Amino acid sequence: MEDKGINPWVSTEYSQPEYVRMIENIHALNENLIVRVEDFSLFYGDKPALKRINLSIKKNRVTAIIGPSGCGKSTLLRAFNRMNDLIPNVRIEGRILIDGEDICKKDTDLVALRRKVGMVFQKPNPFPMSIYENVAFGLKIAGEKDRARLDQLVEKSLRQAALWDEAGDILDRSALTLSGGQQQRLCLARALVIEPEIILMDEPASALDPISTAKLEALIYSLKKDYTIVIVTHNMQQAARVADYTAFLLLGELVEYDETRKIFTNPTDKRTEDYITGRFG
Amino acid sequence: MKGWDKFFALASGLCVLIIFAFLFWIIFIIARNGAGTISWEFFTAAPVEGMTEGGIFPAIYGTVFLVLVMTVFLMPFGVMAGIYLAEYAPQNSRLTQAIRLAVNNLAGVPSIVFGLFGVGFFIQYAGRGLDRTLGLETVFSQPCLLWAAATLAILNLPVVIKTSEEAIKAVPLEHREAAFALGATKLKMIVRVVLPQAFSGILTGAILSVSRGAGEVAPILFTGAAYYLPYIPKLPTDQFMELGYHIFVLSTQSPDVDKTQPLLYGTILVLLLLTLALNTFAIGLRVRMRRKYGR
Amino acid sequence: MKRGERITNSILEGGLKLSALLAIFLIFLIFIFIFKEALPIFTNPGVRSEVDLRDLFASSVWQPVSDHPRFSLLPLFLGTLKLSLIAILFATPLALGAAIFTAEFAPRALKETIKPGIEILAGIPSVVMGAFALLTLASVLQGIFGWTMRLNAVNAGIALGLAIVPTIYSVADDALRAVPGSFREAAYALGSRRNQAIFRVIIPVALPGIFAGFMLGLGRAIGETMIVLLASGNAAILSLDPALSTRSFSATIAAELGEVVFGSTHYAVLFFIGALLFVITFIINLIANLVVERFKVRLAGVA
Ligand SMILES: Nc1ncnc2c1ncn2[C@@H]1O[C@H](COP(=O)(O)OP(=O)(O)OP(=O)(O)O)[C@@H](O)[C@H]1O
Ligand SMILES: [Mg+2]
Repeated sequence: MEDKGINPWVSTEYSQPEYVRMIENIHALNENLIVRVEDFSLFYGDKPALKRINLSIKKNRVTAIIGPSGCGKSTLLRAFNRMNDLIPNVRIEGRILIDGEDICKKDTDLVALRRKVGMVFQKPNPFPMSIYENVAFGLKIAGEKDRARLDQLVEKSLRQAALWDEAGDILDRSALTLSGGQQQRLCLARALVIEPEIILMDEPASALDPISTAKLEALIYSLKKDYTIVIVTHNMQQAARVADYTAFLLLGELVEYDETRKIFTNPTDKRTEDYITGRFG
Repeated sequence: MKGWDKFFALASGLCVLIIFAFLFWIIFIIARNGAGTISWEFFTAAPVEGMTEGGIFPAIYGTVFLVLVMTVFLMPFGVMAGIYLAEYAPQNSRLTQAIRLAVNNLAGVPSIVFGLFGVGFFIQYAGRGLDRTLGLETVFSQPCLLWAAATLAILNLPVVIKTSEEAIKAVPLEHREAAFALGATKLKMIVRVVLPQAFSGILTGAILSVSRGAGEVAPILFTGAAYYLPYIPKLPTDQFMELGYHIFVLSTQSPDVDKTQPLLYGTILVLLLLTLALNTFAIGLRVRMRRKYGR
Repeated sequence: MKRGERITNSILEGGLKLSALLAIFLIFLIFIFIFKEALPIFTNPGVRSEVDLRDLFASSVWQPVSDHPRFSLLPLFLGTLKLSLIAILFATPLALGAAIFTAEFAPRALKETIKPGIEILAGIPSVVMGAFALLTLASVLQGIFGWTMRLNAVNAGIALGLAIVPTIYSVADDALRAVPGSFREAAYALGSRRNQAIFRVIIPVALPGIFAGFMLGLGRAIGETMIVLLASGNAAILSLDPALSTRSFSATIAAELGEVVFGSTHYAVLFFIGALLFVITFIINLIANLVVERFKVRLAGVA
């Protein structure tokens, strides 16, 4: 297996020099790690939602985050593009490195970060504008005015999101006239158009019917070659189907993180086993 | 329902009935007595024969001119303040509370006091200052449309601030998040996502204030409205005739009450229809908006 | 974000904040500039020889235009009091009853007609209301009661009351609506009849809000001008008789400022009345707004 020796790993222990060195080593060994979470904790007010998380995410792979409701999946995901900043009284500790750069610093350029780390939300949330305007939004706010280039990029991302065939002729129609599954793919196209490196997806299929879900999953699989994808899901089969790696969170702690195959066939931790066999959560 | 329950239902229902009876009575009387006066000439002619004949064109023209200038003063500040309160103001901070209190209290200042303020501040202070600095004779230091419009703008500021704030806050969080996640700055998010969606709410505020601006007389009594003008005002520094003020003039200072009566009712009907139409439109917009956001 | 963009953003955001601060600024500005024009009463010896504070509050005649002008505010104060009292007495039960009906008894469809209907009433300009009272209401009331003075405090007070019904109604309606459903359910669960639930539970809980609506209505009644000017007869009589023609603070300003000589004693006294009106309504509104705030906070704690 080509990934041997760079097995992304997990520890909930204290950060010790030895341990830090280990991370550096692994990182040095493998340039394919794009995200590194180091001893990351997050508090809503006084309440801890994430406790000393350590994990690394590989480039051009799909990483799933699973765990029972309220365990902090969304919180972790939203830490990668600092969306938690929108919530008052959030406090963080530790670091998150993306491409080697700490994004938790005060002076981090959030605009640049969020253009590098795109996001698709749980509920499809297209703007109440035309399909075209939705996709072009990210380009327009960055100052792109060239109509031909806009057209070209809009088409490209709609194709990438497998929506061109359905929506190519009705670009001027309101995005709200699309079906739920189409809307979600539109949101994906909207995120793709600014060519992020990482795409975060928070239960993107939870509001969709099985057929739309299957389409979306196929899409995720095909996007892997160009993007790194982190997906939160409640659905164990979905994680097993789409993800290369899977992280299991419980009560704000990272319990286990490994290749998906390993997590689902031979989990190390008893709690992981209980969860994936449906004994709780 | 029985006994007392029934009694209270009937008694409180009666209150509604009484209110609506008065409302219909007012509208009915004015419509019946004013309808006969309404004609093409009434809308297009100027008053003649000491205002006992002719039409009300100058008053309609003045009213429209007035509310247009008022809107120009009012909307930028009102909407900007609404944006600040909805998007930037730290909730629970002292300053925010003070601003909210000031807005609410401004809404309760009597309109005649705004009129006095217009005289004291705009004409006597700002107007004189302008004339002095520009080396003009009496241009700005006298009652004129500009100052009347500015006074009305202040009177309506709370309405616009509150409706804008409400409309902006009604824009769903998901749309804001989506914009941020695409790398929008807060300002871009507001301009491109929030304001377009809040538009109909902001429009409601604008229409309500136009309706109020067209109907308020006390603030313009001394800041610019004219009893009678032989010409049509062209500049904001001219005086103007206005519908509400014209009603006041016709009903209190007519040389021949019987001859004026039809004109008076006609003018009242025009103003009433104008404000009712604007209000109905605004209320309709608001109802539609509430449905849309399920509130 | 680029540096240039960051700077423009800060400037724009500063502009937003300034616009909001304008509200506070305006309150002070209004007070200062009205008081400034009233100041000669206190400082100018020429004005003080014509009127001093004792005259304003102690004597009994308002006769500003004469060889020996008299500037007693007493008849005007009494007139304002009389008018707003009648307006409040007329409007409060109606508005409150209507609010209770909307919140507790009306079926949904009716509810959705009542609210816009009352908003329409709110949209009627006061000069139109005043003209209605002057032309129609006054004759009808005189026909019924046979008063010698056609235009009087009752006539203006009722028109004034109609104008403030929407104010009281909408605040009271909000307050009743804000009472959490759980209170209602609790009352019914204990076997209350509907009227018991309303009078023992819902109204007491909503009382601060209802009170605030009453205060806001009162503030508007005191300051309302055109209705009084048109419908009250405007005689400055020192009497509490509601059937007599009556003059209020606001109508006095409206009627007299147009003909007054700039900078004269009369001019200063009119601005003094304006300052007085401003202060009185400001205090009333302040109380109402503070009560509403506390009410909201308290209910937010419950819900
Ligand atoms: N804005 C907030 N303020 C306070 N606490 C919050 C907030 N958002 C989330 N939490 C808390 O943080 C914890 C983690 O929430 P999070 O939304 O990340 O969970 P999740 O794993 O995504 O759950 P779900 O599967 O239900 O989406 C929960 O206990 C939640 O109550
Ligand atoms: Mg979640």
